[in-house]
Amino acid sequence: MGGGFVGELDKPGAEVGVPGDWTYASAPESRDVVHIRERYGQFIGGEWLEATETYETISPRDEEPLAAVAQGTPEDVGRAVAAARTAYADGWSSLPGSERAKYLFRIARLLQERSREFAVLESLNGGKPIKESRDVDLPLAAAHFFYYAGWADKLEYAFPNRRPHPVGVAGQIIPWNFPLLMLAWKVAPALACGNTVVLKPAETTPLTALLFADVLRQAELPPGVVNIVTGDGRTGAALVESGDVDKIAFTGSTEVGKEIQRRLAGTGKKLTLELGGKAANIVFDDAALDQAVEGIVNGIYFNQGHVCCAGSRLFVQESIYEPLVAKLERRLATLRVGDPLDKNTDVGAINSAAQLEKIQELVASGVEEGARIYQPPCVLPEKGYWFVPTVFTDVAQSYRIAQEEIFGPVLSVLTFRTPEEALEKANNTPYGLSAGVWTEKGSRILWMAQRLRAGVVWANTFNRFDPSSPFGGYKESGFGREGGLHGLEPYLRFDE
Amino acid sequence: MAQAPALPAGFELPLEARLPRIGAVDAVALEERAASLAKRSIKREAKVWALMLAIRTTDLTTLEGADTPGKAAAIASKALRPDPSDPSVPPVAAVCVYPNLVPAVRERLGDSDIKIAAVATGFPSGQYPTAIKVADVRATVELGADEIDMVIDRGAFLSGRYAKVYDEIVQVKEACGDKHLKVILETGELGTYDNVRRATLLAIAAGADFVKTSTGKISPAATLPVALCMLEAIRDVYGETGRRVGFKAAGGIRQSKQAVQHLVVVHETLGPEWLTPELYRLGASSLLNDILMQLRKERTGAYQSGDYFTKD
Amino acid sequence: MSERLPVKKTYKLFVGGAFPRSESGRTYDAEGQNVARASRKDVRDAVRVARDAQPGWAKATAYNRGQVLYRLAEMVEARVAEFAELCSGRDEVERSIDRIVWYAGWADKLPQVLGGSNPVAGPYFNFTVPEPTGVVAVLAPEEPPLLGLVTRLLPPLVGGNAVVAVAAESRPLAAIELAEALATSDVPGGVVNLLTGNHAELAPVLASHMDVNAIDLCGADGDVPELERLAADNVKRVVHGRADVESPWEIASFLELKTVWHPIGQ
Repeated sequence: MGGGFVGELDKPGAEVGVPGDWTYASAPESRDVVHIRERYGQFIGGEWLEATETYETISPRDEEPLAAVAQGTPEDVGRAVAAARTAYADGWSSLPGSERAKYLFRIARLLQERSREFAVLESLNGGKPIKESRDVDLPLAAAHFFYYAGWADKLEYAFPNRRPHPVGVAGQIIPWNFPLLMLAWKVAPALACGNTVVLKPAETTPLTALLFADVLRQAELPPGVVNIVTGDGRTGAALVESGDVDKIAFTGSTEVGKEIQRRLAGTGKKLTLELGGKAANIVFDDAALDQAVEGIVNGIYFNQGHVCCAGSRLFVQESIYEPLVAKLERRLATLRVGDPLDKNTDVGAINSAAQLEKIQELVASGVEEGARIYQPPCVLPEKGYWFVPTVFTDVAQSYRIAQEEIFGPVLSVLTFRTPEEALEKANNTPYGLSAGVWTEKGSRILWMAQRLRAGVVWANTFNRFDPSSPFGGYKESGFGREGGLHGLEPYLRFDE
Repeated sequence: MAQAPALPAGFELPLEARLPRIGAVDAVALEERAASLAKRSIKREAKVWALMLAIRTTDLTTLEGADTPGKAAAIASKALRPDPSDPSVPPVAAVCVYPNLVPAVRERLGDSDIKIAAVATGFPSGQYPTAIKVADVRATVELGADEIDMVIDRGAFLSGRYAKVYDEIVQVKEACGDKHLKVILETGELGTYDNVRRATLLAIAAGADFVKTSTGKISPAATLPVALCMLEAIRDVYGETGRRVGFKAAGGIRQSKQAVQHLVVVHETLGPEWLTPELYRLGASSLLNDILMQLRKERTGAYQSGDYFTKD
Repeated sequence: MSERLPVKKTYKLFVGGAFPRSESGRTYDAEGQNVARASRKDVRDAVRVARDAQPGWAKATAYNRGQVLYRLAEMVEARVAEFAELCSGRDEVERSIDRIVWYAGWADKLPQVLGGSNPVAGPYFNFTVPEPTGVVAVLAPEEPPLLGLVTRLLPPLVGGNAVVAVAAESRPLAAIELAEALATSDVPGGVVNLLTGNHAELAPVLASHMDVNAIDLCGADGDVPELERLAADNVKRVVHGRADVESPWEIASFLELKTVWHPIGQ
């Protein structure tokens, strides 16, 4: 599949008087750099444990089976936790921070060196465009290890007078939208603080985490410091309920997050949750419109909209509604939807059949409730899971598409007249993860930024991430921060 | 829907009723967008096609004080047949010279379709009385130029005298008669993308057929973000009025790769309709040989040496 | 000469800056007095006024919040004798006053200690600031009756939150006295709401209330895990505060961190 060429690019070139139209030839990234094993066990105590039960992990771009992956049982989880406990007690927690730092630096460097391999595997298993895994996921994952490596021997300076100590064994459950990056967000601060880890990758995207085990081997990280147990929600539940875990860190849906919070009630275990969102992206009439359009597109179509902080609700000041929507729809027609491994692909495959079904269901509800739908002309591959980038206009605040997290490439456009109104509508949600503001007026940016109830506010930009920048939500988007100095705290206890 | 243009002070001009709003440009996001477009991967046939297009849209340029009729004629010859060994290589769009060299170029080009562009209006500084500039243009048209590449008065623009800039373009346009007018903004002197956008819209409002980035005499010149900024203004004008204004990227484009990146930016911003010599030009001199080397490499598979391409 | 008959106090709730009886009309006996026994609906009303009052309190300048809380210390100082009667004595009152003063001083220092600018790898200015989480429920500890309440009340308050607190069930009179001090300080009505009554009855209502952002279970007894489970319904921040502690990190428990990005360009 040579890239789903869209819009005008599909027309023959004759009518514009050029010899043949200019469709970019397909530019597939080579798969040769990746070696996928037929079958994976659990990575526990530095060894591969043969799986008792497996499931097939596929590529969402064409449903090609990639490998048989272990379905973690409660016994597997128990073994992994025990290995983590042993590694914790046998040296990792008492290792000088400067030594822990060097392991993390090694991991960072190894990720940089093997970034092409990881990027291809990430796109293959998860469906995201190679240009994103190459330019965003991998550099950021390495950067996270680099950043937290530096903290490992400086924790006393981060928390003066608090005498920080590691928490113990951290159970970490990560989502499928940024598999390796979320691994880095979780593992790097945990290790920097002296904890050991049992990581449960998402059911549909285990492969980069399993490849990461090889990076750990190359880094010569002591056995059991990081253990990786794959499986579905049952495996995650077993990890949450494991008695010997001191801390749970979860990124995923609000629904599951609440369930984890319930299950940990009364256990005294530490918990951080990074959950769903329904971010408002607010464009004022004085904004730099062409850049705002890029920000809107990046906000909702980046990673097929599989982003918890995606700018899924666009609020446009009424005075620029028409030109902005025109620009947006025009821009949509230039998005290339198709093979994630094609370097020119902007929007890749939907991660799974289940997610595709959920997106379809919510989009159907939007149409049914009376919103106007726009989808650019788009040739989708026959196999695999695909959804055309979609814009809904004439959306009322009460529609499901304006309320529920879709987690797909679907934007709802609403309007406002005054800053107060924009703010009120933007905050009118149980979520509070992120928000965007577009205006050239500095005082208005700060006014909005101060009042938006969200953990991250992007002004005149969107979907930027950095290891030094704390990330996390208000309200039902979770608690605790990942990134920055603040991202250390969930992995420490203090003798105050 | 038409909008009342939001005009800064000094901009209250007899503009067409439906010019787009001037608005603002965010530098960081603009540069990021340009950088992301530069990463488009262009392969095989698409690349050959793009390189051929780059040649077909080239204004092959020499703008030196030392230019002579001989040098101008040599450039004209190159324009006609950039690569004598490869008949598939098309001629360029135009030859761009100082006014005095126009007759020499005309003589060499004969009745070919290649246009002759000449710089005028006190190129490159534009720091001359309006009457001199207008006379410059009339004389250049009389010498046989098909296209006039004028410079805007940056001194007037940067001191906020937009009306003077506008009036001069209007007068130059009138002096051009039916000749094509390209308006050079010299973006490297304008300081901000906001100014680039403002100057682009001003030039278009005053009647420019083309807007052009730079004289080639100062750096930075035709950077990708500047091109993107101007193309977006052109797109807005087209969206509001249906009027198609051309774009010329000039200065600093020396490698095939850069030329292809520029074409990608045009393609993604304005669509394939703009990818013709009627609406797009690349002002270049050393670029042409680099493209020829690339084309021959695509044909033969071997990397090339400059010794096999004429230096004119 | 006949002895003058004193006027006795009616011990009421403190909601929205006013002193209503419980809407249920109930009282219970504590420390030899009839004390209002708040109901579910009193909780509802208190959360509502707290929600309304919170933005204004958060929007006040940090300097102003600090002064208002210092004013509260002044009001308590003026009633040392009365307070001493209602707790373990003068020492507890003085420690409470000092604690209020200590926390009041944090109001305009928190962002510098808890936030900062972040050196992101790109042309962006990025900073993190602490902000109040919103409406905080506090279950005050039984002991010490005054210092315990002050210790749990001040951290959410100084950070800009509005509070609905349930006083020590068996020792509520100090809380009611504190309500009177609050009412005569400049703490805006609704920013602090003090309920008296049965913890076991009121705690689940607060824990499950969808418009409460955080709950401090310091004084919770009985089925604490059940309160935590209920708190998960809207992902409440659950704090197990200590009854006698003084730390800026106590304040941080009731704060959110907001990170703002903006490009740096010409």
